[in-house]
Amino acid sequence: MTTVLRLDGVDRSFGDRQVLKNVSFDVAAGRMTGFVGGNGAGKTTTMRIILGVLAADAGQVTWQGQPLSREVRRRFGYMPEERGLYPKMSVREQVTYLGRLHGLSAEAARRGTDALLERVGLAERGDDLLETLSLGNQQRAQIAAALVHEPEVLVLDEPFSGLDPLAVDTVVAVLRERATAGAPVLFSSHQLDVVERLCDDLVIITDGAIRAAGSREQLRSAYTMPRFELVVESDAGWLRDQPGVTLVDLDGARAVFDLAPGADEQPVLRAALERGPVRAFRPVSPSLAEIFREVNQ
Amino acid sequence: MNTFEATRLVAAREIRVKLRDRTFLISTLFFLLIAAAATILPPMLSGGPSTVAVTEAAAGPLRAAGLEVLAVPDDTAAEQAVRDGDADAAVVAGPAVLAMNDAPGDVVSALSSEPPVRLLNPDAVDPVVAFLVPFAFAFIFFITSQTFGVQIAQSIIEEKQTRIVEILVAAVPVRALLAGKMLAGTILALGQIGLVALVAVAGMAFGDSGGLLSLLGPAIGWFLPFFLLGFVLIASMWAAAGALVNRLEDIGGVSMPVQLAVMLPFFAVIFLNDNATAMRVLSYLPFSSPTAMPLRLFTGDAAGWEPLLSLVLLLVAAAGFLIAGARVYEGSLLRTNGRTSISTAWRERETLG
Repeated sequence: MTTVLRLDGVDRSFGDRQVLKNVSFDVAAGRMTGFVGGNGAGKTTTMRIILGVLAADAGQVTWQGQPLSREVRRRFGYMPEERGLYPKMSVREQVTYLGRLHGLSAEAARRGTDALLERVGLAERGDDLLETLSLGNQQRAQIAAALVHEPEVLVLDEPFSGLDPLAVDTVVAVLRERATAGAPVLFSSHQLDVVERLCDDLVIITDGAIRAAGSREQLRSAYTMPRFELVVESDAGWLRDQPGVTLVDLDGARAVFDLAPGADEQPVLRAALERGPVRAFRPVSPSLAEIFREVNQ
Repeated sequence: MNTFEATRLVAAREIRVKLRDRTFLISTLFFLLIAAAATILPPMLSGGPSTVAVTEAAAGPLRAAGLEVLAVPDDTAAEQAVRDGDADAAVVAGPAVLAMNDAPGDVVSALSSEPPVRLLNPDAVDPVVAFLVPFAFAFIFFITSQTFGVQIAQSIIEEKQTRIVEILVAAVPVRALLAGKMLAGTILALGQIGLVALVAVAGMAFGDSGGLLSLLGPAIGWFLPFFLLGFVLIASMWAAAGALVNRLEDIGGVSMPVQLAVMLPFFAVIFLNDNATAMRVLSYLPFSSPTAMPLRLFTGDAAGWEPLLSLVLLLVAAAGFLIAGARVYEGSLLRTNGRTSISTAWRERETLG
């Protein structure tokens, strides 16, 4: 039995507008869960409710079967979407301060800060005021601030927005470490390619309701028709007339097509071989963007 | 870690940051200099024994009394010395004491055997002091509550503006954040006026205004609890004002009522301090009582129970404003889009606390 962070029937309204409708999903320990949805779909509200920054109108959030209390949440790491630190404090001082607010002793906070600043490549700049750092380095400081207390659960709202590619790599590596160490990691992102590269599980939210949740592979098979790529010698336009085939893309000798449910791909391959040499024939995994588009249809 | 511990951590950070702020250090130093100058200089300038013009024959008892003696050949020369300003007073045959416009007490006492004195109104105060003391109390309360109130508002806005507030709120209860800021502001404010009071008392002792010190002592003693509660009252308003806006530039608009709540009582106490009825009223109104009541105690107009009653009223008001301020703070802390109205903040109780 894996330990999970579980949302169960969470509702939330702002005034007359219901922004979360019966939101339920699990974030499993040791796995990176991508949380995707359009602007205003309810990602930030959901995360704020997990952290207790907002109250839910109904439903509950549990970690390892226990309802969340402030004591439990203090062991969570949170990176809000809109973020910042104290401009006039040194990096080391404020990361230590945040560690202490999360319940670390002075000594543990100091050690945690040193280790993390080293890890994100800020050890040299630790005693500089935050406002004197470049934006990229400020983002690194932000990561250190979210992780200084070695959180049991990580919730990150758009952790990659505004990061330069090097910083993205650093964040990805650090998040992987935390997941490998057994923490559930929930992160939202607009950058579907990053989510695709990173996530083990995926939760898709649309208009305040969860549309899909599960492992990436499950979602792939559940939400797209079998898709293949075929490359032949001459024009592949004849595919149009094959039974069960829907052309997605045709570019001379290269074609991408979907098969109707229940149709077999082998007759298509045989038909191609009858017409000449086949250079490539392979199944195509749908990208996350395609799944997302389909779920949102 | 409980709320108390979180409050302590928040307050410690606020104080640490403030103690590194050069403006704060310089202004503190400035107040200390003023306090020292105001208490040490006047006695030094007015000081020194009187110079007495007198014939050598009559000089004995005056010298014995420690007065400066200007020996003159006769009474006419003595009178002339006073008229010319060479001497403060003259003793001529009679004996009579001559002076220009102010009876020289030390000369008179040197020549007379004084009967025991029993003061019926020992607290009656020198009019100059009676003007300066209310001004000093009102000024200290005005400046200090303003300075540290604004500081609390700024610190709240900084956390909203930089968005760090969401991380903080996820880690510690909102009320611990507010309590920590209020605590830090109070400690710094009390620390600053405590230092100023210490220097003033030391200055009075050094400048030999011991009489003034014994008069002022009780008033200063009462001023501290009044100051403390008055500060909480004002600071709660500043906290609410700070929480309503998102940028330091916008503080002007919301802080107007707070400024008035500090400024009007200040001028009322300054201008009405010789109107007994007005002062009685002001010494019970929560916004003016921190300065008006210690003042009435200083001038001896207030009965023993009056400061206690006034203090209770102030306590109730401060507690009420603190609760209201905390509610506005909680309701508007996470609203980072533009200015929040008080009524919206009052209704929104977003956080779990």
